[in-house]
Amino acid sequence: MVQKLDYLKETPSQTAGPYVHIGLAPGAAGFDIYRQELGWDIAGPNAKGERIRIEGIVIDGTGNPVKDVLIETWQANAEGVYAHPESAGEVEKGFRGWGRVITDFETGEWGFDTVKPGPVKARKPLGSGPLHPPANAGDDWLGRGDEGHEDMAPHINLWIVARGINIGLNTRLYFDDEEEANAKDPVLNLIEWHNRRPTLIAKRGERDGKVVYRFDIRLQGEGETVFFDV
Amino acid sequence: MSQAEFYQRDRERHPPALTPDYKTSVMRSPRAALISLQQSVSEITGPVFGHNDIDPIDNDLIHNYAKGGESAIGERIIVHGRVLDENGRPVPNTLVEAWQANAGGRYRHKKDTYLAPIDPNFGGCGRTMTDENGYYFFRTVKPGAYPWRNWVNNWRPAHIHMSVFGTSFTQRLITQCYFEGDPLIAKCPIVKTIPTQDGIDSLVAALDLNATVPLDSIAYKFDIVLRGRRSTLFENRLEGN
Ligand SMILES: [Fe+3]
Repeated sequence: MVQKLDYLKETPSQTAGPYVHIGLAPGAAGFDIYRQELGWDIAGPNAKGERIRIEGIVIDGTGNPVKDVLIETWQANAEGVYAHPESAGEVEKGFRGWGRVITDFETGEWGFDTVKPGPVKARKPLGSGPLHPPANAGDDWLGRGDEGHEDMAPHINLWIVARGINIGLNTRLYFDDEEEANAKDPVLNLIEWHNRRPTLIAKRGERDGKVVYRFDIRLQGEGETVFFDV
Repeated sequence: MSQAEFYQRDRERHPPALTPDYKTSVMRSPRAALISLQQSVSEITGPVFGHNDIDPIDNDLIHNYAKGGESAIGERIIVHGRVLDENGRPVPNTLVEAWQANAGGRYRHKKDTYLAPIDPNFGGCGRTMTDENGYYFFRTVKPGAYPWRNWVNNWRPAHIHMSVFGTSFTQRLITQCYFEGDPLIAKCPIVKTIPTQDGIDSLVAALDLNATVPLDSIAYKFDIVLRGRRSTLFENRLEGN
């Protein structure tokens, strides 16, 4: 026998189910209960940078839209700073960088308005080894500093839950007008299969003078979106 | 000194994506392997909420949708516990959201057409922030079991859906809280997506008579454990952290 490690174990995930809206977006379930629902305003009125809209649909393994999905979004501001104490720098007042997005129950279409995020510092490459200290004081392994290492291309982290999804799916959205940055992005480059990388890249378009990116997510089968274990 | 990555998620503790006895998962589960990503600042950060985001009444489901002076119908319960991480440390000031069917097993949702009636005084959702010790509680009514279309005669055990944030987007978790003694737990294909009995047991709230309010509400204790985090010891400061 050996001593017992006294770590706790993570609580197992369960599906958010078909009625996730009641808890996380009750207005969509058909009733008004809170003074304010959370996650509708991602960037706030003061955010600098380009105002954009992102739209898409989530498609299941039969090729049909998933109409009861809920997506949460997490992004940096246009300067590449997250609204979080561990991200170096300041964000604009009212910028939270987090959103909750639900689909139209009839069509499965979803969309959200935000600002385009800036590039974010990447973590240090693997090769430097675990025991060597970061080169600069203001610089660390996870990309929290501001010196001496590469950027990740602008991206938005997405987390997808729904009935039939047993544990939330993590993916990232990149932008097709950032070709050069995307080509150097360490996360996109981690995907061994080049033909799967485009599943993470939103396509820029315009509608009524407004920038709209299209980002469809395929849960299964041909063109399956890349999902991450983070 | 700042902290490092979160521990790798134990995928053997969570349900796999494909669980054929829970039929909806069959066409909604990715077939390709997940790509393992070492965390960067994009993963270790996450949304921060404050007390001005919510109201004190929000965690009282008996009253937060009831018309003046009335209350929801059903067995009055308190669900309380702590949000901890895998290191056993409390997770303070984090948002916990809950939603559930009413005492008859009916959800207040456009898409729920079960024949049990809507309770006019019950919305079915609540939210709260953990305190500085990671403690939270909800006051509510015990949800009813309800039938669902999977096999022709499947019933969900009484459950409350729970959503928790933690401090990072990698800790984001949605789960369900079940209640001690419910014979439907062992029969439910959604419960049984969890691969281990120990994992299932960790979702069953214990009757907690010490926390009841005598002559008012019975209590159940439900602790939630989020992913823990490495210290910086091995990361960059061998002399200690
Ligand atoms: Fe449910």
